[in-house]
Amino acid sequence: MIDIIINITLLAFLAITSVAIVRMTNLFAIVMLFGIFSLLSAGLFVVMDAPDVAFTEAAVGAGISTVLMLATLALTRNRQKNPYKEAPHAHRPWLPLFVVGITGAVLVYGTWDIPRFGDPNSPAQTHVARYYLENALPETGVPNVVTAVLASYRGFDTLGEVAVVFTAGVAVLLLIGGRRPKQTLKQKDEGEQDET
Amino acid sequence: MDFFIGQYNYWVVIFLMMVGLYTVISRGNLIKKIIGLSIFQVSVFFLYISMGTVEGGAAPIITEGVKLYSNPLPHVLILTAIVVGVATTALALALVIRIKESYGTIEEDEIHKLDHSL
Repeated sequence: MIDIIINITLLAFLAITSVAIVRMTNLFAIVMLFGIFSLLSAGLFVVMDAPDVAFTEAAVGAGISTVLMLATLALTRNRQKNPYKEAPHAHRPWLPLFVVGITGAVLVYGTWDIPRFGDPNSPAQTHVARYYLENALPETGVPNVVTAVLASYRGFDTLGEVAVVFTAGVAVLLLIGGRRPKQTLKQKDEGEQDET
Repeated sequence: MDFFIGQYNYWVVIFLMMVGLYTVISRGNLIKKIIGLSIFQVSVFFLYISMGTVEGGAAPIITEGVKLYSNPLPHVLILTAIVVGVATTALALALVIRIKESYGTIEEDEIHKLDHSL
């Protein structure tokens, strides 16, 4: 019972934080709120019996993403205007609200048939998961089933994941690393005026 | 009440998903768009982990005397997804920095105006 209460409270906190993120215009505050959002989700993963996911989310989601976003803010802030202020949005909110409302309604309609939360007899629990829970320890000798699947049964998938992260790292370095000619828009404009 | 508790997780997941989608569609600031995308992403993680949870189950670490575990397979998937998600976020933020260097702004409508005026 206490599980369910903590679960409901944390999910409500998450919903409130997300609404606050949408409504705020100060980018620094938004990034900080996103850090809180990640931390709350790490807590929720612990409540839902997924400690490995919680560790990763706390370290990677709340830690690394927040640092990356803060670094981006520092590099892209506007020196003339209020440094971290988002510009007032030009278009009306009605069309996006309409699209989002319809999509959400369809998705909620879809939840009517989903097995209820925590159902031990749902198809997700009775199919292949049982095999790993019963055989992971004798076959791999690792008591943590998540680690056993990640590193042993699906080791090549994890290698593929490393390839993805490596590619992203190379792409980031190509985009913003190294020495680049300082070509700002102002100089470009001036160059074009000179040509004409 | 039982139905409410049974579906509450999925409804909040959908709400978070829609908040993320709304942020991506309606806000012009590129950093805020990326944050909206990340909210969407985290809501999908919740969807998977909620499906893997078993009432009264323990974390999937084999221990003596524990009979019921939650489903380890969504955990494995989401572990991978979190790491890949951060890699893509880093790439998106690097693109934002390049856009700022080339256009001098990270507001979408100003970028459109500059594109049309050039």
